Amino acid sequence: MDILGVPIQALMGQLLIGLINGSFYAILSLGLAIIFGLLNIINFAHGALYMAGAFFAWIAMDALGIDYWVALVAVPIVVGAIGMLIERTMLKHLYRLDHLYGLLLTFGLALIIEGLFRYRFGISGQSYPVPELLSGGFNLGFMFLPKYRAWVIAVSLVVCFGSWYIIERTKLGSYLRAGTENPQLLQAFGINVPLMITLTYGFGVALAAFAGVLAAPLFQVNPVMGSNLIIVVFAVVVIGGMGSIMGSIITGLGLGLVEGLTRVFYPEASAVVIFVIMGVVLLLRPAGLFGRER
Amino acid sequence: MKRRALASAVAAAVIVAGPAFAQSAKISDGVVKFGVLTDMSGTYSDLAGPGTVAATQMAIDDFIAKEKPDFKIEMISADHQNKADISANKAREWIDTQKVDALVDLVTTSTALAVMKVANEKNRVTLVSGAGSTPITNEQCNDTTAHWTYDTYSLPVGTAKAVVAQGGKTWYFITADYAFGHSLEKNTSDVVKKSGGKVLGSVRHPFPGSDFSSFLLSAQASGAQVIGLANAGNDTINSIKQAKEFGITPKQTLAGLLMFISDVHSLGLDATQGMYLTTGFYWDYNDETRAWSKRFFDKMKRMPTMVQAGNYSSVYHYLKAVKAAGTDEAKAVMTKMREMPVNDFFAKNGKLRIDGRMVHDMYLAQVKKPSESKYPWDYYHIRQVIPADQAFIPLSESTCPLVKK
Repeated sequence: MDILGVPIQALMGQLLIGLINGSFYAILSLGLAIIFGLLNIINFAHGALYMAGAFFAWIAMDALGIDYWVALVAVPIVVGAIGMLIERTMLKHLYRLDHLYGLLLTFGLALIIEGLFRYRFGISGQSYPVPELLSGGFNLGFMFLPKYRAWVIAVSLVVCFGSWYIIERTKLGSYLRAGTENPQLLQAFGINVPLMITLTYGFGVALAAFAGVLAAPLFQVNPVMGSNLIIVVFAVVVIGGMGSIMGSIITGLGLGLVEGLTRVFYPEASAVVIFVIMGVVLLLRPAGLFGRER
Repeated sequence: MKRRALASAVAAAVIVAGPAFAQSAKISDGVVKFGVLTDMSGTYSDLAGPGTVAATQMAIDDFIAKEKPDFKIEMISADHQNKADISANKAREWIDTQKVDALVDLVTTSTALAVMKVANEKNRVTLVSGAGSTPITNEQCNDTTAHWTYDTYSLPVGTAKAVVAQGGKTWYFITADYAFGHSLEKNTSDVVKKSGGKVLGSVRHPFPGSDFSSFLLSAQASGAQVIGLANAGNDTINSIKQAKEFGITPKQTLAGLLMFISDVHSLGLDATQGMYLTTGFYWDYNDETRAWSKRFFDKMKRMPTMVQAGNYSSVYHYLKAVKAAGTDEAKAVMTKMREMPVNDFFAKNGKLRIDGRMVHDMYLAQVKKPSESKYPWDYYHIRQVIPADQAFIPLSESTCPLVKK
């Protein structure tokens, strides 16, 4: 059976691959959305921190012999701590200023972080092997699905919806949402809002680093892997609606699928299609698909 | 009467030629200055970049030590960011304000084509090493450009022929969607068809990319025996890595049509073993290449790529021509460069042709198995030397207007 001249089996394979890429978009845009929601900072350093996550995993393996599973937990904690340091020492001075200042500061940070890694490791990067437990794959009939890719989809769905649950359905999450709406009032109730902000930024950054560790066995670990991805992720956030948690998850996965389909029908446009959608969405729904106009 | 006529003819010749001779027989402002334009920070910075700058400096230092020239030699460098407009502007600025005599490297086709045009207008030499498309010495050729290391014609001559001969008859291409990728795909298809193979199709990916799994699946679905990678740098690296992940290799063969030793180093032998590639230079080929490469290694802590070695060779040959011509006037130097054979660790009896192509032997290499690699950077078996006259496009097929037919 063919759809527009493409065998349905090939189409299934491409959709599955789109879903895998969408998982990365979802985790990264989720982190961005959380940070933007509470801090009002457009975190341009997100891509660089994602790259740092991948590199730390590689360094941990190469220099210290730490395996993938430990890195998957430890690296996000370490990078998250670095993120909190950045928030405490730099970002906190910018909250009362225009968005643009936060954007410029984090953009500068991204360039510095990338430059440091490039200086130390060169541009071709390093190879991170797929962990033994997840090497090989399943033959699904219509395609060969590497076990590792299946794991990426599963774990990112768990992490994304777990984060959504914490933010939307728990008491901690309700503080967070309250902080987004009215930080002064929340402080009046005796909640330590500055600490909450620091932890939130740390969590957003840890998500980026987590995605980085997940990506390490898939892509060559190199200093520009983040900047290649981050522009797309920003488009995802804009389409989903700035600050909307569920919006960023669904949009991330959905756009991964759209991109996958484009690669089947018109591969040359696969780098542009997300931006075309962004343009259309901005024209029709300026607040994004899931955003609310304030 | 006859003698008087001869004498006056000689006198006339002296009068006509005299001023021109006097004018050209010197080095402008006593300095020969190189402007190195390369990718210092992007995708190609490992295969060219800082290594190119180091190699150029080595050529200058070696030339001064050996040839003791009576002119000064200087070098400046900049990051051309793989963008044609930035390169052209920088070249113009350097020629106008810094008195640069020769522009060196240029890692992408777009930058090379833009700069060689500016340099030609202003009568300066361009020594291209990093870029690889054939238009540089064909439809867009000019008389002040030398294309040194390799081109997209020479790459498949080794790799594609060898792979087809091994039984890889059906091909599918994954191509970087810009001038270089298109050129490489076309040249390779020609070789595949000529050698009795068949091209089943191709897919073009945006440049630069990171996820190639979709394109690899298309290639897998085509059922082709060989997947030709008409891309370079990190795009090639990620394609190879992901092909392994999806179980495409070893069922289908990958042919990296432009691979540098820096790519193999970065991927490791486990992922690249057995692959064929064509290169203009391998550090471990003979005593001469080893001696030079070890000096390079001491500076850069990496072995040189063919681009970096080619840059050294082109700069050194240019300086020899300047000394022999006694001038740095572009056309006079180019004439000398064409007259003198290129003989150094990089090329034996290399020849710079009228179309700007420096023809020299190329090498068909096969990547070693991890068990065969005995010491760091011991990566290739050299399977075949492709003689200069077969490695590059024959002048009879050239579309360069400078070639008289």
